[in-house]
Amino acid sequence: MNSDPRNPSTPALPHEGGGGRSIRVVSLYDDVMNVYADRGNLIALRARAAEYGIEVEVTSVSVGDPLPAEADLVLIGGGQDREQRRIAQELAGRGPVLRAWAEDDVAMLAICGGFQLFGRFYRDSSGEELPGAGVFDVTTVAPGPGWPRCIGDVLAASLVPGAGELVGFENHAGRTYLGAGAQPFAIVEHGFGNNGEDGTEGARYREAIGTYLHGSLLPKNPALLDHLIGAALRHREGDDSAPLVPLPAVFAERAHAAAVQVARRRSRRVQAAPGSAYATP
Amino acid sequence: MLGRASGAVVRRLGRGGGTALPGLVAATIAPRLMERLASTPGHGVATVTGTNGKTTTTHLLAAIVRAAGIEPLTNPSGSNLERGVIAAYTEQVDAMGRLPDAASQVGLFEVDEAVLPWLFPRLRPRVAVFLNLFRDQLDRYGEVDSVADGWGAMLRRAAHAHTLVLNADDPAIALLAESAHGPVVTFGVDDDAVALTHADHASDARFCVCGARFVYDAIYMGHVGRWRCTFCGRARVAPTVSARHVELRTDGATIEMTIAGAPVTVVSPLAGLYSVYNVLAAAAAAHALGIDASTIASALAAAGPAFGRQERFTIGERSARLLLAKNPAGLNEVIRALTAGDAPLMVLAMLNDGVQDGQDVSWIYDADVEALAGRGVTLVCSGDRADDLALRCALAGVVPVSVIDDTERALDAALARTPSGARLDIIATYTAMIDVRAALARRAGVGAYWEARA
Repeated sequence: MNSDPRNPSTPALPHEGGGGRSIRVVSLYDDVMNVYADRGNLIALRARAAEYGIEVEVTSVSVGDPLPAEADLVLIGGGQDREQRRIAQELAGRGPVLRAWAEDDVAMLAICGGFQLFGRFYRDSSGEELPGAGVFDVTTVAPGPGWPRCIGDVLAASLVPGAGELVGFENHAGRTYLGAGAQPFAIVEHGFGNNGEDGTEGARYREAIGTYLHGSLLPKNPALLDHLIGAALRHREGDDSAPLVPLPAVFAERAHAAAVQVARRRSRRVQAAPGSAYATP
Repeated sequence: MLGRASGAVVRRLGRGGGTALPGLVAATIAPRLMERLASTPGHGVATVTGTNGKTTTTHLLAAIVRAAGIEPLTNPSGSNLERGVIAAYTEQVDAMGRLPDAASQVGLFEVDEAVLPWLFPRLRPRVAVFLNLFRDQLDRYGEVDSVADGWGAMLRRAAHAHTLVLNADDPAIALLAESAHGPVVTFGVDDDAVALTHADHASDARFCVCGARFVYDAIYMGHVGRWRCTFCGRARVAPTVSARHVELRTDGATIEMTIAGAPVTVVSPLAGLYSVYNVLAAAAAAHALGIDASTIASALAAAGPAFGRQERFTIGERSARLLLAKNPAGLNEVIRALTAGDAPLMVLAMLNDGVQDGQDVSWIYDADVEALAGRGVTLVCSGDRADDLALRCALAGVVPVSVIDDTERALDAALARTPSGARLDIIATYTAMIDVRAALARRAGVGAYWEARA
């Protein structure tokens, strides 16, 4: 990402010196929970970190694999109901470690089905209850047949400082409700968000983020990507960690702007998005 | 007749082909029309469904039955919902609402995978072809598992005699045999030389119905290959129609196959292993219809591409090839076909987000665009979501030289960068393919799409 094809005179960007910085990423169940292109988050993370000169060490942890002793960033994507059932028990068993990591300010990004299973429980449309890892104080219930899935573009104002306006695509049956111990990740401008009722999108606890946004999310929300890399670096390096000096993200900014335009245009065509009833902290 | 007239009116108004509107009009006026018309072709009806390859397989099957002296009645140009199927009839009925040549006809219909459970008991096909099941337009179809479950329930309820034609290599398809009432004909590849050395990301049916993970002795694409379950013992069966040796080139394939034991060789102008599967599926369907192996082989060798599926155009000193790719598995296979050779590639890639393309463009991250990196690709990105596509390609290490939303300007820019005597490969989603094909046709002097029948 070092030239602008719409403006060929833009010079290639030099790589900023990273000074041998590195982050340790745990990619959870990426061979099972992979139904919706959430691998794009890891693709974008690797590419962006390379621009900053940061080494990314990725450990894929699937069914039966041990968690590594330490991590700076944990990623988990979405899956179908059948796939969620496959991993739920084991993931819930990893809950104590994941919760301790969250308390220790490990950065996390849990998407859609992964977000649901990072909550307290997920009750599917048949009434079967899957236990969650409990990182977020949220519960998710999939209403019975006849209830529409929440599908469409999402525009949401992030409550993560500096992450700005988020754009993505949601596709979920489950309705997620925040408990007293959870903060929303964002406030919905267009789309359903957690449940289509209270205007909240996702959840946030310390440096852990849960969200319904596919798209993929990180490629075209470069400010959020930079935030997560910064949080992972702070976990790795401690209090004297030098802050990231943001580099331009030419292709990502253009894709972000284009996706925002599309979401605005479509939201005018379909019914108005549910209004925000949540007080911004 | 009213339905047929509406097709002519839409075409006259210049609003695309109007290939589905006549069916919509007819379906509204005569809701039982489908059932009545399904029973009229003397050779019965065959349906073709699956995520990828419906149009090409139906097109190839039409060429085979024609060679066998049977007139195919098909739905044109990938119009594969109920309306498109009815339109195929309304285009041909006389003033009395009868098909004049019904006795010598066979109905060959590609059917959308989500619509099939509704159409199957109405069309009552004597042959039902199932190609593959990949993730596709999750915003429209929902999750992959629910599509397969719907097909299984449909087959268990089926009340008419029929033969299933199943892809032996796709476990989600092959396991439909457990729901079969009648004969099953299978097709597949038996050549490890074309197997992948590592699994694609976009693989879906990785778990058996018993819950265990499949083991693969060879993977040909996605989750398609020689599969078995070590827990319950379900396994791929030796296919009725088998590709024993496959040679893939960027401009076609040579397939040595056996059809129920009879060896034949087909030199196909269609590139890519995904096209080989379409050739095998058409051969298996023709075998199920009772057509002999030598007629099948000669017709397959003579058949050209279907509309927008590897169609070629000559524009001055350059050529252009149009490759439809609308989901991760399809795009992976197109990329694999393009990179079969070592020559530098000139590529125009187009991403639209209309209803027929899938309004969500997330899927481009499930495709292994990285396979184009380091292959000497000069890339121009275009379409409604050109910026999303450019970002995906740049992240894969294939930085576009140009990003141009407008189809005409993008095509001209890509042609201008294509050396004289060389070929421009155009990869496009469905509506982008329709747009760029019209632009190509104007430059090459080829007919519009409603003139191109299967």
